[in-house]
Amino acid sequence: MPAEEKSKMEEVKGTTISRRQFFKEAGAISAAVAAAAASSVIAPEEAEAKTTFAEFFQNNYRLMTDEEKKEAIARLEKRYSEEFAKKVTVDGAPAMQDVLFGYALNIQKCIGCRRCVHACVKENNQSRHDTEIQWIRVLRMEKGNFTVEDMDKGYPNSPNESFGIQVGGNAYKNAGVALEGQHYYQPERVPEKDAFYFPVQCMQCEKPPCVKVCPVRTTYRDPDGIVVIDYNWCIGCRMCMGACPYWARRFDWGDPHLPAEEMNPKTHYLGNRPRMRGVVEKCTFCLQRTRKGRYTACVEVCPVGARTFGNLLDPASEVRKILDRKKVFRLKADMNTYPKFFYFID
Amino acid sequence: MKSKIDFVLDFFSYALKGGAKYYTWLGILSLFIIPWAYGSYQQMVAKGLIVAGFTDQISWAVYEGNFVFLVGVAAAAVTVVFPYYVYNYKTLKNVVLIGEMLAITAVLMVMLFIIYHMGRPDRLWHLTPIIGIFSWPNSMLTWDVIVLNGYLVLNIICGFYNMYKRYTGQPLNEKFYMTFVYISIVWALTIHTVTAFLMNTMATRPMWFHSLMPLKFLSTAFAAGPALIIVALVTIRKNTKLEIPDEAINLLSQIVVWFLGIALFLLLSEVVTELYPSTEHSFQLKYAMFGMFGLSKMVPWSWASYLAMIGSFVLLLIPGVRKNYTVLPIICVSLFIGIWIDKGYALVISGMIPSPLGEFSEYTPTWIEIFIVAGNWAIGVMIFTILAKGAIGVMLGDVIHPGAAGKEVAHH
Repeated sequence: MPAEEKSKMEEVKGTTISRRQFFKEAGAISAAVAAAAASSVIAPEEAEAKTTFAEFFQNNYRLMTDEEKKEAIARLEKRYSEEFAKKVTVDGAPAMQDVLFGYALNIQKCIGCRRCVHACVKENNQSRHDTEIQWIRVLRMEKGNFTVEDMDKGYPNSPNESFGIQVGGNAYKNAGVALEGQHYYQPERVPEKDAFYFPVQCMQCEKPPCVKVCPVRTTYRDPDGIVVIDYNWCIGCRMCMGACPYWARRFDWGDPHLPAEEMNPKTHYLGNRPRMRGVVEKCTFCLQRTRKGRYTACVEVCPVGARTFGNLLDPASEVRKILDRKKVFRLKADMNTYPKFFYFID
Repeated sequence: MKSKIDFVLDFFSYALKGGAKYYTWLGILSLFIIPWAYGSYQQMVAKGLIVAGFTDQISWAVYEGNFVFLVGVAAAAVTVVFPYYVYNYKTLKNVVLIGEMLAITAVLMVMLFIIYHMGRPDRLWHLTPIIGIFSWPNSMLTWDVIVLNGYLVLNIICGFYNMYKRYTGQPLNEKFYMTFVYISIVWALTIHTVTAFLMNTMATRPMWFHSLMPLKFLSTAFAAGPALIIVALVTIRKNTKLEIPDEAINLLSQIVVWFLGIALFLLLSEVVTELYPSTEHSFQLKYAMFGMFGLSKMVPWSWASYLAMIGSFVLLLIPGVRKNYTVLPIICVSLFIGIWIDKGYALVISGMIPSPLGEFSEYTPTWIEIFIVAGNWAIGVMIFTILAKGAIGVMLGDVIHPGAAGKEVAHH
């Protein structure tokens, strides 16, 4: 979508009107949107109330019968199709047999371009603004956490101040700490000299602290190893956000803002379907794609091939070959979370 | 049954009646409801939690802090219940009920803050056993739900059963009553312990992740709680006919000094343990105490809190100050505020700075958040005023069943 059109859309929207209201109004302005809206059936108020009522009282997805799952999915498809004025599908594909998904990322190759971040947002229907939600965070790391120029600068200025302890100024650069600036680097071009990049997203831990703390079991591990969330069952207590050592979880503080034109209509119930206000969301290894044998959006978009994805149970898979042959490590191994997201160097 | 309904009616009709001073007080408190209602509408209906100062980095803040702090206030009822029933400390006769009313109020406030904390309060039923999913024993939050609700029920039983028996002039069923009293004594410890566990089991937040937390919680609670009770007692003594002996207040101020001393010792232990090696795991405390990388919004709060706690401790060590009932409430208020800052504000927020990925950012409450917090407190103070007034009526014999007049029954 062209930039000026986008800004116009945002202008119409404001911040106070609901998304549904917005699309009704936007439909009146734009002929194309109006045509699309007309093609989908608009339910009478009563039927809509019934749907909302049924959605409110539905069970946790994990415990639904197949019949209930079908009904819940049909309700959502209807609601989303109206809301976004296009045909939206909600998939309910369960985990595949004999599959355990794993991910490997080559930190030697990553150039910090953040194409993965944006491809993820597009694929997974994150809120675009107020608040902007991104599931992948790329950290810009200074090489070895020091700069050569600073090696001998800083505290103590003179031996009298040292209390008998000699430390170079470099010791006051905190190892491994990414400050705000390093989270939000904006270089002219990447990769930068003297920097490397460290993308972080949900690690799909085998021993996930987030699942343990959830008081309503809305977040749980599916048999293919993906930690999923039933957005309709989440109470928004944010215990999981407090417990996650990788800061992988995001919260919909307000109503998500997802323009209809940018909405990806191919969704999964436990994955990229549009979220609502007040719930937690995070990376699901694009399960709407990967449960159909496709790659995740971030793997597909990576221009340097730093990202690899596959079945950990299949010895011939790329990810297994990497685990067999490369120097592999996991982030914060001391937390004992057993991530299925591996970092490696050649 | 009829006498029970009569009791409730008489209790509340007495509690809601008062002089000009009483209505002025309730009137002032109700003024806070207007901005509170506006804020509640914005958060609960119109826009969601986005109207508050939260971010994905600092996802818990003042609602959670007040919840944690008030659990401590609730637990502190044990500081009057325990000496009275276990050590038979008779001078606390008229204080126990006040303590129980405070506990009931504090738990209700805790629940109010939890509702504001939740992203989806409409889905609270998901947490209800049987109709929802109650992830017990895995989730520490479910333990907290159990202990808090249990404590509320225990205090309602102990407090209102006692008052009902006084109302009807019947003797207490000792076995029934004392069983609940003893359970409530132990239970008071569990509520604050479990609330500490809620936070300190999050291994990825180093400032919370240490085994001193439950003890620190209890010690600060047993300083802040009795401090509040002292303020209430001095006020009650001034404004009602209820007899509250000096010895009752003296005992409470001693309890405050003891636990404040322990709390300060634990704070010192924590500071030395964290700051001496000064690893990355001490950044959160360092941020709270000194600020880091130019971010220092928490620093004045932290030091105000330390100053209030240390200053009150030093002053309260002096017997003459403890027994000066004009100065004592002032010290108690500043101490209460100091501990509120420590637990209700600094601990929760600083524990989230930096984030687990090492990102430093700061937190600023929004006006709506301040309206809501102030309103919740005003509601709490109002509930306590009304409950305490009713309880005083029962203790004075003003609230009494027509058939019970003239009967003299020994009561706890």
